[in-house]
Amino acid sequence: MTAVVDTPEQESWFHRNQQRIAPWLFLAPGLLFFMVYVIIPVFQSFNLSLYEWDGLGAAEYVGMRNYEDLYWEWVDRDAFYISLKNNLIWLVLYLAAIPAGLFIALFLNQTVWGIRLYKSLFFFPFVISQVVVGLVFTWFYDPTFGLLNEFLGLFGMGPLNVLGDERFVTYGIIFAGLWPQTAYCMILYLTGLNAVDPEQIEAGRLDGAKGGRMLWHIILPQLRPATFIAFVVTIIGALRSFDLISIMTQGGPFGSSRVLAYYMFEVALSEYGFRMGYGAAIAVILFLIMLCFIAYFLWSMYREEKGH
Amino acid sequence: MFPKPIEKQPRAAQISYQALLPIALLLWLGPLLAVALFSVKPAADFTNANYWGMPSSFEGAFNYGQVFFNSDMPRYLLNSFLITVPTVIGAVALSCMTGFALGIYKFKSNLWIFFMFVAGNFVPFQILMVPVRDLTLELGLYNTKTGLVLFHIAFQTGFCTLFMRNFIRALPFELIEAARVEGISEWRIFWYVVLPLMKPAIAALSVLIFTFIWNDYFWAVVLTQGAESQPVTAGITSFNAQFRAAYQLMSAGSIVAALPPVAMFFLMQKHFIAGLTLGAVK
Repeated sequence: MTAVVDTPEQESWFHRNQQRIAPWLFLAPGLLFFMVYVIIPVFQSFNLSLYEWDGLGAAEYVGMRNYEDLYWEWVDRDAFYISLKNNLIWLVLYLAAIPAGLFIALFLNQTVWGIRLYKSLFFFPFVISQVVVGLVFTWFYDPTFGLLNEFLGLFGMGPLNVLGDERFVTYGIIFAGLWPQTAYCMILYLTGLNAVDPEQIEAGRLDGAKGGRMLWHIILPQLRPATFIAFVVTIIGALRSFDLISIMTQGGPFGSSRVLAYYMFEVALSEYGFRMGYGAAIAVILFLIMLCFIAYFLWSMYREEKGH
Repeated sequence: MFPKPIEKQPRAAQISYQALLPIALLLWLGPLLAVALFSVKPAADFTNANYWGMPSSFEGAFNYGQVFFNSDMPRYLLNSFLITVPTVIGAVALSCMTGFALGIYKFKSNLWIFFMFVAGNFVPFQILMVPVRDLTLELGLYNTKTGLVLFHIAFQTGFCTLFMRNFIRALPFELIEAARVEGISEWRIFWYVVLPLMKPAIAALSVLIFTFIWNDYFWAVVLTQGAESQPVTAGITSFNAQFRAAYQLMSAGSIVAALPPVAMFFLMQKHFIAGLTLGAVK
């Protein structure tokens, strides 16, 4: 890894150009890895989406047919339509993690005895894997013994089979996903609240601001960076939702809880068949949706960079 | 401080706040506590529909013993470690260098390369799935830990570069200029000047990446199968298939699988939060 070679003439050449060459030497290994495993595969998937391929034999070029098939699934309100619709529901409802996280952060932003431990324990759900979160909530919703139905039973309601009912299943999974995501947003806001300028709060108090008005006019503007990051991670998290669906319902019942990420996997790599090209086409659609957000994030970062 | 410190409020508010905290926590962690309760119950409690009462006998030792000595769980746990630790080392090493390159040097394509790393870090996994699986198959690394590690290193380099580059940007640039005036080579500046200052960032990233990789499920399913190379997140589904309807064992298994990142978090809390909240405060 040492780029400096000690032969005299090379060293002088290297010395003259050192500051121009050095960054590329430092970048080379990381860039190589990233190109091979991330950047190039994106383009390969775009290409693959124009083929029909079972993953083993020869791939057959079919032009836009995979996309046409997706279009017809859309028109027939079939799997693709349901997945896309669920993705939209995920995107919108997942954002609830941001205000919920802020609410818990405000609740915990005190200096009483043991509060540090409380903060850590509230953060807990984010650290455990989504697979375990999925299992935990599958049991939570269980119609025979789940806590939810025990609770509903107290009011003479239920039993409710959340994960077995097409009407509720997506909301049930999103609720499970909100648990760790809210914890994440909470920790972002707790850190943000630590850095809020006390003088501005005092000034606000002198002006008679308190409660909601104080929060809206003085605290939230100072929490902008935290809100931005919470927004980024929540959007990405919503579009990446796969683990919970795979663990809790495997897309069911009757495919009603699929999202694009899961549907793609199902099409390309499950017992239902190995339709790699069709899967790639779904992935491309998901990628294009994500790209809107990525472009926005990058644009925000770009403005910030130029601002400095 | 906002909201108003509780000490400055009436006694009643203080007491109710103190009382509310544990209740809120119990509600918040309820589903998890339920699983913890399940994991110490005897099998008989489930057949007798005694789901939520006190355990008729305390079988924690037996249940966890089953998980550790009578299933593939130790194997999966070991696999998870053998996948996670090399990934952490690899991704942190690569991103120290890329972060240094992008944070210190001014060259034309700097910002573009940086944005490429950031953008790549956000792409959906599915668009990488088929090509990465093919590549891994071609390399003969399908269903091996190495195959999974190589991909994870590459993908995590995106996030790590973002992190490291911003961290290095915040270091005092005069240090590097002073070293250059002294005629120290760029490599030595990296190794002796910048790297020692990056220790907090390295610690924060390591804990964070450990958790991310430990908890990965998607790539484990796509690139591995079977007990010899699967990490615990993927293994737990086979574990659950093996102990179908044995809720006490499935619960114990889930808790065991979730524990290492939890332990990591509690041991390295400061670094963990520093890593997560990078950039959340200016």
